[in-house]
Amino acid sequence: MLKINSTAYDSLRHHGEQTYPHECCGVLLGRFEEDGSRTVARALACGNMRADSPHNRYSIDPKDLIRIQREGRERGEEIVGFYHSHPDHPAQWSATDLAEAHWIGCSYVITSVEKGKAATTNSFELTGTDEADKRFANEEITVS
Amino acid sequence: MPQIQIPSPLRQYTGKQATVQVPAASVGEALKGLVAQHPDLQRHLYTDEGKLRAFVNVYVNDEDMRYLDKEATTLKDGDTISIVPSIAGGIS
Repeated sequence: MLKINSTAYDSLRHHGEQTYPHECCGVLLGRFEEDGSRTVARALACGNMRADSPHNRYSIDPKDLIRIQREGRERGEEIVGFYHSHPDHPAQWSATDLAEAHWIGCSYVITSVEKGKAATTNSFELTGTDEADKRFANEEITVS
Repeated sequence: MPQIQIPSPLRQYTGKQATVQVPAASVGEALKGLVAQHPDLQRHLYTDEGKLRAFVNVYVNDEDMRYLDKEATTLKDGDTISIVPSIAGGIS
């Protein structure tokens, strides 16, 4: 389960509207709970490094992650997940999304942006033990 | 002594430590030392052929080691090595 405050939730959806018709992407900072869920404190927008194909691909600069991780640590926050958008495409993970996902235990949030408007937002936990058996599991989003 | 920042997916293999210190003069030595201390990391960081997995980015402070001297990149006291698995994806 992913718990997220309305400010962070609205911002990640709005980011997808701002970058439409290109994919947006960002990092979710918060904490891992004892019960296995994740709580998001902040959603931080990142640039999409895939300038060659931004309408259907995204990539976050590892330098951004290092900076965000460092800043988050100062606030007692961890990277608990990532978000991106699917312009005019369902909020469902694709084969590429799974192939390129490596942060097992984190949430991957996807928003479909239809004709410039954020529509559905879904979250998927990347589960498994390694690259061979990783998979996405649907998870509930609780917005507070 | 250089320190290595461990990303959250790999902390279960380092006794939940987010930072590991390893005496090392180079990045390659540091990563070898890390895996020696925490052998379960081997398969997550390296292929069966012993090469660093393509999605594992290794930074020395704020520089990608691929653009420095790769695993031969020398380290000095206070340097931070960050292991950062890639974040990417797409519609299809």
